[in-house]
Amino acid sequence: MIPAAFEYHRPKDMEGVLAVLKEHGDDARVLAGGHSLIPMMKLRMADVPHLIDLQDVETLRGICMDAGTVHIGAMVTQAEIIANDQLAQAAPIMREASLQIADPQVRYMGTVGGNVANGDPGNDMPGLMQCLDATFTLVGEEGERTVKAREFYEAAYMTARDDEEVLTSVSFAAPKGGSAYEKQKRKIGDYATAAAAVILEKSGGTCSAASIAMTNLSDTPIWSEAAGAALIGTAVDAAAIKAAVAAMLGDIDPAEDNRGPIEFKRHAAGVILSRAIARAWDRA
Amino acid sequence: MKDEVTREERVDALGGMGCKRKRVEDARFTQGKGNYVDDIKLPGMLFGDFVRSPYAHARIKSIDASAALALDGVIAVLTADDLRPLGLHWMPTLAGDKQMVLADGKVLFQGQEVAYVVAKDRYIAADAVELVEVEYEDLPVLVDPFEAMKSDVVLREDLVGEDGSLPDGAHGPRKHHNHIFTWEAGEKEATKQVIDNADVVATETMYYHRTHPCPLETCGCVASMDKVNGKLTLWGTFQAPHAIRTVVSLISGIEEHNIRVISPDIGGGFGNKVGAYPGYVCSVVASIVTGVPVKWVEDRMENLMTTAFARDYWMTGKISATKDGKITGLDCHVTADHGGFDACADPTKFPAGFMNICTGSYDIPTAYLAVDGVYTNKAPGGVSYRCSFRVTEAVYFIERMIEVLAIELDMDAAELRRINFIRKDQFPYKAALGWEYDSGDYHTAWDKALKAVDYDGLRAEQAQRVEDFKAGKTRKLMGIGLTHFTEIVGAGPVKNCDILGLGMFDSCEIRIHPTGSAIARLGTISQGQGHATTFAQILATEIGLPADSITIEEGDTDTAPYGLGTYGSRSTPVAGAATAMAGRKIRAKAQMIAAYLLEVHDDDVEFDVDRFVVKGAPEKFKTMKEIAFAAYNQAIPGIEPGLEAVSYYDPPNMTYPFGAYVCVMDIDVDTGEVDIRRFYALDDCGTRINPMIIEGQVHGGLTEALAVALGQEIAYDDMGNVKTGTLMDFFLPTAWEVPNYETDHTVTPSPHHPIGAKGVGESPHVGGVPCFSNAVNDAFRAFGLRHTHMPHDHWRIWKTANQLGLHG
Repeated sequence: MIPAAFEYHRPKDMEGVLAVLKEHGDDARVLAGGHSLIPMMKLRMADVPHLIDLQDVETLRGICMDAGTVHIGAMVTQAEIIANDQLAQAAPIMREASLQIADPQVRYMGTVGGNVANGDPGNDMPGLMQCLDATFTLVGEEGERTVKAREFYEAAYMTARDDEEVLTSVSFAAPKGGSAYEKQKRKIGDYATAAAAVILEKSGGTCSAASIAMTNLSDTPIWSEAAGAALIGTAVDAAAIKAAVAAMLGDIDPAEDNRGPIEFKRHAAGVILSRAIARAWDRA
Repeated sequence: MKDEVTREERVDALGGMGCKRKRVEDARFTQGKGNYVDDIKLPGMLFGDFVRSPYAHARIKSIDASAALALDGVIAVLTADDLRPLGLHWMPTLAGDKQMVLADGKVLFQGQEVAYVVAKDRYIAADAVELVEVEYEDLPVLVDPFEAMKSDVVLREDLVGEDGSLPDGAHGPRKHHNHIFTWEAGEKEATKQVIDNADVVATETMYYHRTHPCPLETCGCVASMDKVNGKLTLWGTFQAPHAIRTVVSLISGIEEHNIRVISPDIGGGFGNKVGAYPGYVCSVVASIVTGVPVKWVEDRMENLMTTAFARDYWMTGKISATKDGKITGLDCHVTADHGGFDACADPTKFPAGFMNICTGSYDIPTAYLAVDGVYTNKAPGGVSYRCSFRVTEAVYFIERMIEVLAIELDMDAAELRRINFIRKDQFPYKAALGWEYDSGDYHTAWDKALKAVDYDGLRAEQAQRVEDFKAGKTRKLMGIGLTHFTEIVGAGPVKNCDILGLGMFDSCEIRIHPTGSAIARLGTISQGQGHATTFAQILATEIGLPADSITIEEGDTDTAPYGLGTYGSRSTPVAGAATAMAGRKIRAKAQMIAAYLLEVHDDDVEFDVDRFVVKGAPEKFKTMKEIAFAAYNQAIPGIEPGLEAVSYYDPPNMTYPFGAYVCVMDIDVDTGEVDIRRFYALDDCGTRINPMIIEGQVHGGLTEALAVALGQEIAYDDMGNVKTGTLMDFFLPTAWEVPNYETDHTVTPSPHHPIGAKGVGESPHVGGVPCFSNAVNDAFRAFGLRHTHMPHDHWRIWKTANQLGLHG
């Protein structure tokens, strides 16, 4: 559990970050909270001759809200998300989901940017960002571009981000209606056996909009358009929830691991989604 | 002068037995000032690290260390070929087998030590490990002991004759080339007859999965050979420092007086640190070769994958009873998976430990036990993880069999236990499998426990829950777990307990200083048990000096008297007894001194808390403090100066702590999640030395029991790859997963122990595992479940519910 030798870079601004990335290409990786990258380096599964620590880049910090849009810097920690009352008001699902990520020690270090950019299917934020229809801002040599969270994830650890780009922030419109983040895990600190992010809007007793995303049930987060569609126009009764679950099950593709066989994961996914829908509807 | 202090105040001032003395160790631990092996830094110290096998079974075709040796800062790369001339490429195990120190031509488990790199720092060592090129030829892998017993694949060619014959093992004849031993206890034929002719017989097979003690501090050592004076000093995470000294002497040829073994602070052991590991041998060799100190410390994955697993027993039981539930016979067969080498840590005559305590708390007239040990391609070990030797397995077995019998009889499991308990008037009780239980009062404990939890009320609530579930009103079932365990601890009498020929007595040496304070040294070693606190309390009561004035020191073989160390809840039963006996020797001499000082006959003074008083004249006394001063500084005719004593205690019998546990849990049949609503633990450990430390031990043991019952396992895939090699997958509970525990007690002193104490550190683990497991099983009893294997993690509970048709 000792990493190979590496050069440590700690630039003060994005220009500095991009310069190191340009100089070392594939040999360089940026470090946010470090919960994924450092263990991989210690296991010598990730070879990172040049490590770029982002913690001194002030522009990557801060949560701000304008005209109903939430902007969160990549280096904002989960602890900061939990502590931010304004954000909790605008998007309560952010606090609810963050509180279900590991433990306080992890959340003091873990960042939004690292969580969404790494492409680990076990991370909670990617599914949450898809549910919120968030937009990711990427900065590279060519300048800045944006990618929708729903188009960002290609496979496990494979994303639309180029090696020489840095994910600098996420933004999304403050959700309307009710939301819920439901997660089953074996223990504190574990990835989800199954997790669901649900946002529902209610209009005159029926569901007028729905967004549903699932975590750790495929090699990418799964935004299930069909599951949401199954709820729209219904009173979100038992039959509608059943239809949404069936639609979701058509979109996920879990793999067997120590959390259990595929059959169990599919069952758990259904239960977790049902509970999340019921809770979100209650709050809508 | 009138004595202004009451007798009660004098007792309190001692901080002796029975008081909730705060742990004296905690000041340094809570301030981060402990001194663990990895804190030891010596000038010029080198670091060792292992090249380990990625394969579970493979032949080694070549090892090329040239690239590693070319790396700046690498001193040496040791392989079996380097150790062979010293005869150290293999080493004896505690179980009478031998084990490769470094892979000798082949590897038998994933993570096995192949080469040992020595470098100037641990970073260079880790880099060098990557550079050692090992060419393997993979061999068929056996991870199932039943398959292994049928397979043509020979795991241990060294144990097969050239003509294909099978020489006897350390424990007698072997049936197959992958077989290690058969061990039997009890009456085979008589048991068969009883069971064949019984009214009711319940049969069940249960797998007690492989797990690991996983102490917070992993194993490690620092070896330092002083070539000038020829003395080897070995600091290490040793639960038995003296035994390590003797073993090192025997296998290295260094005379024992030239070896000093020191166990500094140890961050938990739980059996993981009893055995001798290749890392110790390689570090010693490396220090002898280089002449400078060498440190080796495992990382977490190495600890989980290679040093000392626990359990891995397949147990098949038959239990017979009369129609009204009186148990008549018990048959138990175990297939024990020992991995690639038999490195179990058990007393020599007990290759399956004290598995023959498996008749439990019950008066079972006829019983038979047979255990077959088997080699597989898994890591060696088989240690007693927070239990006396294999007692956790035994108690799990009988407490599950009782539940299965209750189902067969359609009886309440609490009542079935009650009518079969050994009665108080039957002690000392000779059990069918050979042990003589020293004392017990099971009915009193059981009734107290059931009353405390309102057992009848719980059963009524559970019945209602079943109705509600069937009516679709809830998706949660309620389980009530019961356990009444009897342990066998305090190994043990030298007549039948030794490890590698070393008798399992223990010792205490006391020196009273002239000003009335003292130091006591013991042959044991605390790994968190709080010996420095509790042993001082025993002495305070025995010799009348305040516990705060008594230093307890353990773990340095140059200063401590010889002893067999700390595991199997043996410290209080054996070393605690030695402490009391040594204290009594001090008191005997103090009595003579007091009599002289008071100018009366020896028989005319008596001990009273902290002093000797003249019988019938309590105003005439000499305090122990005064006596201590006189012992050194006053010429007393016929008595030599000084006040010291040493006692080596060979216990006449084991001790038999017991307890009654009840667990109440709610189980979500859809997710498999478990919510432990209540856990009540009544322990009877005999005389209670420090109730606060007992409570802490019970909390810790129950938490490790919860871990094992609900998810903690070392799992392998078919290729022998460890699937649970990190704390992501290996379940180590945190405060979040742990319920609130209610503790309670009864006191049935051991009749043969000087202070009546029995040991408690492991009871909660031994009793806790079946209690959690019984609760899970019990939740599904109304739906036809007889038995489901541990660990009861989410998916396995879900699977049980699924197989019972509870998912519609």
